[in-house]
Amino acid sequence: MLTSKVFIKKTRLGGVMKIVREHYLRDDISCGSLACTEDCEPMDKEPLEENPISDSKLVPEPHYLVPDTNVVLHQIDILEDPSVKNVIILQTVLDEIRHRSAPVYKRVKDILGNSQKHFYTYCNEFNMHTYVERKPGESANDRNDRAIRQAVAWYAKHLNKGGVQVVLLSNDADNRKKAVAENLIAYTIHDYVRSLSNLSLIDLLANPLNQSTLDGTNKVLFAEHLGLVEIQKGIRSGKYLQGTLLISRENYLEANVSVKDRDHMVFVQGLHSLNRAVNDDIVAIEMLPESEWSCPSSLVLTEDNGKDDEDEENRALLDNESLIKNKVPKELRQPTGRVVGIIKRNWRQYCGILQPSILKERTRHLFVPAEKRIPKIRIDTRQAETLASKRIIVAIDSWPRNSRYPLGHFVRCLGGVGDKDTENEVLLLEHDVPHSNFSEAVLSFLPKMPWTISEDDLKRRRDLRHLDICSVDPPGCTDIDDALHCRPLKNGNFEVGVHIADVSHFIRPGNALDQEAANRGTTVYLTDKRIDMVPDLLSSNLCSLRSGVNRFAFSVLWEITPAADIISTDFTKSIIDSKASLTYAEAQLKIDDPNSNDSLTQSLRGLNTLAKILKKKRLDNGALSLASTEVRFHVDSETNDPIDVQTKVLRDTNSMVEEFMLLANIAVAEKILNEFPDNALLRRHPPPPATNFDPLIKAAASKGFKIDVTSGKGLADSLDRAVVPENPYFNTMLRIVTTRCMMQAVYFCSGMLQPADYLHYGLATPIYTHFTSPIRRYSDIIAHRLLAVSIGADASYSELLDKTKIQSLCNNLNYRHKMAQYAGRASVNLHTHLFFKTRIQDEEGHVLFVRKNALQVLISKYGLEGTVFLNDDNQKSSSLFVYDEEMNTQSAGDVTIHVFDPVIVQLSIDRSNVQHMKLSLKLVRPVIPGFSVPSVNELSTKGTTPAPASGPVKKKRKV
Amino acid sequence: MAGMELLSDQGFRTDGRKPNELRRIRFKKGVFKQADGSAYLEQGNTKVLAAVYGPHEIRGGKGKALHDQLLINCQYSMATFSTQDRKRRPRGDRKSLEMTAHLKQTFNAVILTELYPKVQLDIYVEVLQSDGGNYCASVNAATLALIDAGIPMKDYVIACSGSYIRDTPVVDINNLEESSAGAEIIMAILPRCEQIVFIEMNSRLHEDHLSPVMDQVMTGCKDIFNILNQQVRDELCKKSAQDRIVDSG
Repeated sequence: MLTSKVFIKKTRLGGVMKIVREHYLRDDISCGSLACTEDCEPMDKEPLEENPISDSKLVPEPHYLVPDTNVVLHQIDILEDPSVKNVIILQTVLDEIRHRSAPVYKRVKDILGNSQKHFYTYCNEFNMHTYVERKPGESANDRNDRAIRQAVAWYAKHLNKGGVQVVLLSNDADNRKKAVAENLIAYTIHDYVRSLSNLSLIDLLANPLNQSTLDGTNKVLFAEHLGLVEIQKGIRSGKYLQGTLLISRENYLEANVSVKDRDHMVFVQGLHSLNRAVNDDIVAIEMLPESEWSCPSSLVLTEDNGKDDEDEENRALLDNESLIKNKVPKELRQPTGRVVGIIKRNWRQYCGILQPSILKERTRHLFVPAEKRIPKIRIDTRQAETLASKRIIVAIDSWPRNSRYPLGHFVRCLGGVGDKDTENEVLLLEHDVPHSNFSEAVLSFLPKMPWTISEDDLKRRRDLRHLDICSVDPPGCTDIDDALHCRPLKNGNFEVGVHIADVSHFIRPGNALDQEAANRGTTVYLTDKRIDMVPDLLSSNLCSLRSGVNRFAFSVLWEITPAADIISTDFTKSIIDSKASLTYAEAQLKIDDPNSNDSLTQSLRGLNTLAKILKKKRLDNGALSLASTEVRFHVDSETNDPIDVQTKVLRDTNSMVEEFMLLANIAVAEKILNEFPDNALLRRHPPPPATNFDPLIKAAASKGFKIDVTSGKGLADSLDRAVVPENPYFNTMLRIVTTRCMMQAVYFCSGMLQPADYLHYGLATPIYTHFTSPIRRYSDIIAHRLLAVSIGADASYSELLDKTKIQSLCNNLNYRHKMAQYAGRASVNLHTHLFFKTRIQDEEGHVLFVRKNALQVLISKYGLEGTVFLNDDNQKSSSLFVYDEEMNTQSAGDVTIHVFDPVIVQLSIDRSNVQHMKLSLKLVRPVIPGFSVPSVNELSTKGTTPAPASGPVKKKRKV
Repeated sequence: MAGMELLSDQGFRTDGRKPNELRRIRFKKGVFKQADGSAYLEQGNTKVLAAVYGPHEIRGGKGKALHDQLLINCQYSMATFSTQDRKRRPRGDRKSLEMTAHLKQTFNAVILTELYPKVQLDIYVEVLQSDGGNYCASVNAATLALIDAGIPMKDYVIACSGSYIRDTPVVDINNLEESSAGAEIIMAILPRCEQIVFIEMNSRLHEDHLSPVMDQVMTGCKDIFNILNQQVRDELCKKSAQDRIVDSG
């Protein structure tokens, strides 16, 4: 099999080394084509079709495509299009892509994995017929081009009898010329795509880099970027700094660069200084002399609409520059720098809309991204008219020096603006939530239906089907992952069990299903949609602990005294048969109903009594009970538009379930940490730094309360004391403010931190993990696996024991959780907007914060927070209000507004910006002449038809 | 994306081998006339010389002699030009000493030591070029040298390395795979009776993966054995045919 051997010499940067590696050339590599007439090594399934259909006018014969590296790198959107099939990706090309762009590499690999696309990787470097040795004096690129041509020539000869042509796609004129000289078929991707009958592909073409330089007349707007070598040299010598560019949310001309090993961010201001860097890029910056340092201007600048002419662009550029070139007082100056080069672009695809163009027939258009921190993008499209009111996705290709805006190309259309599905899609894309359907590979790991319990399963699991187990969840919940039971024991104690869906039984480590779930990290709940972490069959059926069916569970069983002291804890895999799936309300009714005395109700009562004692103990221990508002939209069943909003009601039973989930989580955390001190997946909530509490202390002081923030216990106690009888909502609001002061709770791997840092501040427990919701959280699956190994119920695997792997998993989970949270909030916002689209309404609210130029108002009915701007441009009333920093009040005339004061505000939608519709709040009461607006007649607008349909149930508890 | 892809999706390693394929093996016995037995062996880019002296009288202190068996004296050294950077100490450093001990242990197990009480056998191994699998190449070369010297042994002793890359056991790993992959397993076996003489693992490997890797390495050892045995036998036949001609002529 081994035919020949050659040496490759490589030198690496930084110390020249001669590296000698063996390189075996083989003759047993298959061409991967069904049309093959030679005796190639047979494969399981040749990916390339025997009769590739093509409608290209340039190549009417059936043919395969061989793109070169640059074509794949820049035109990946074309290759991803479903109509492009039968492509050979050469190993040379794949290796080069791997070095040059990780995201493109990932996308190519995804295409290669899709059997519908008929893509094939040909290992030309290992084949004795297609391997070429680098000639003396030949550059690496030239060698690779030659290798590609050699492979194409081999294929052409190889498939000659099979009647299939091979077409080289390359935008390098020199390469094409040489290929034609060798009697190969070669075209540019642009020519090839234009010759296809599928015209929509043309829009997907990325702009070639040199297109706009052809104009010649354009003057250069930006300084040239430095080369990578120069940058590296500069960074080593300290002349330049490396960091990630973060554009300010308020002003698109300002950015901060977070530089490694430095406490302070470096400030970058102005288009020229930013020098074509886009948000998230890794850039090299040079510090400016101190005399040129600047500070963020308080201006809120967004790119102005409408101007599309090139001339105007340039003027706007200068105008904006002059706006911010004002003298800055010395004490405000911040370290300021300018971008000299880009180390790594972090461009992704952006959602947004097309800016209406003055000339309808123009093909060059400006695209406005939804994300304010991304510049507008210039694209070429012929479909401008159809795309006018659509949400579209665009990718950036390049940003030449003479262009005000980056150049990009159209990727796909999501749907109409304001359409709910489209807006949901935008929301998911912008928050990086993986939401595509589960792939074939993932689904192939699902258990085959009908699913039955085997003898073997029965032997391995404890049979708990005789117990009166029930689940308590919000109404309409289909992914039930926990169930409970409680029964008295002979010695007067209780046996309490928490039964969690045994998801890890179905999701085996390492397979595609597991990888997909690990990547998704969590189920995302939008107001009207649920994006599952695991396929529906598992989440709503096999894993869901529904009543009346046998289900696998992972059970935690305690023996608890009537005083709620835990005597023993036991973990076991089990089979359960839930007797009832109750809602919180139903469970509450059962407990409260004196006539009901069946064993299930007894069980619930027992749980409820124990939960109350447990809760008291926990709160005495210093656990915080914080408030946040959650709302639920009632949705019209036909139009799916929200018609009413209500905040969630909390019952005893909510807290009952919560209490036992906490208990189970803590018990599991202790157990797995004990067994795996190095690699247990835990959750911690760091105590917030004291300065975080300043707004809280200030706010409480305004009503004469003192808040003790030195410890969790002190905080909890002082919050309990802060009650104003005449304003029952005061305490809740104080708790909402407290929530804002908190840090984020995060997952971590125990081996990475000191045990003292494991603390969960909010729950006041030294150690915590997530165990109780494996259907919707991946962290819980890991906790399940760890626990299963520690009780000997399952085998371990290497990734589970590797603390760096667990930590990197945690990092992904934390990111996904944060994004899921943001997406959820954005979804509520979206629905609020839809809700108020047709109405203007007066609502009662409370002032949450008093700011220099605004009031932040919380509308308790909708759990909604909005801002009342006090210096509205139109009303010219900025002078009306006087801000008192000391007392934290705003006063106008004889009216003074304190924090937590009740106000009445008018809600409506501000449509001045199509992309970012804003909820606008106007003050109604207290009446301030010249500022407040008259109240609307509510009765005429308020439509309160009861709503039948409602969205998916959000299962999130505070635990 | 940093780092090399040690095993591509198409199932090729960086040097074009499949996971179960060995590097090219070439060897020559009897390269030195002064030694009692010697061999030169190449496994890919790893090149090793082995020489055997003895059995002869104990040199140095007589006290070292073992009254009931042969004393095996090993010396492992790496030429200063064997690695990428010029090596400072060819022998006597910790690594070489460890390797020496391992070799001694290995050959103690296979040479019929009880046939030569109170005498000594020297095995010198010199690595001329190193590209992963130094121990394996050394053992294989020394085996050939011992055969050349005619020392009675239970069987060939054949060593081979293996690792676990991307959920696949790979065999005969080179320097690149050695330095960037996870665990390396080295085994020396008696191929005909399938006994393990020596096994070493130098990093953590999950127990579930251990036996597939061991199986793969075992197969690798047998492949090496077949190659060596074939050539040894061929040469012997040729030699004896020549001897016959000389005798009759």
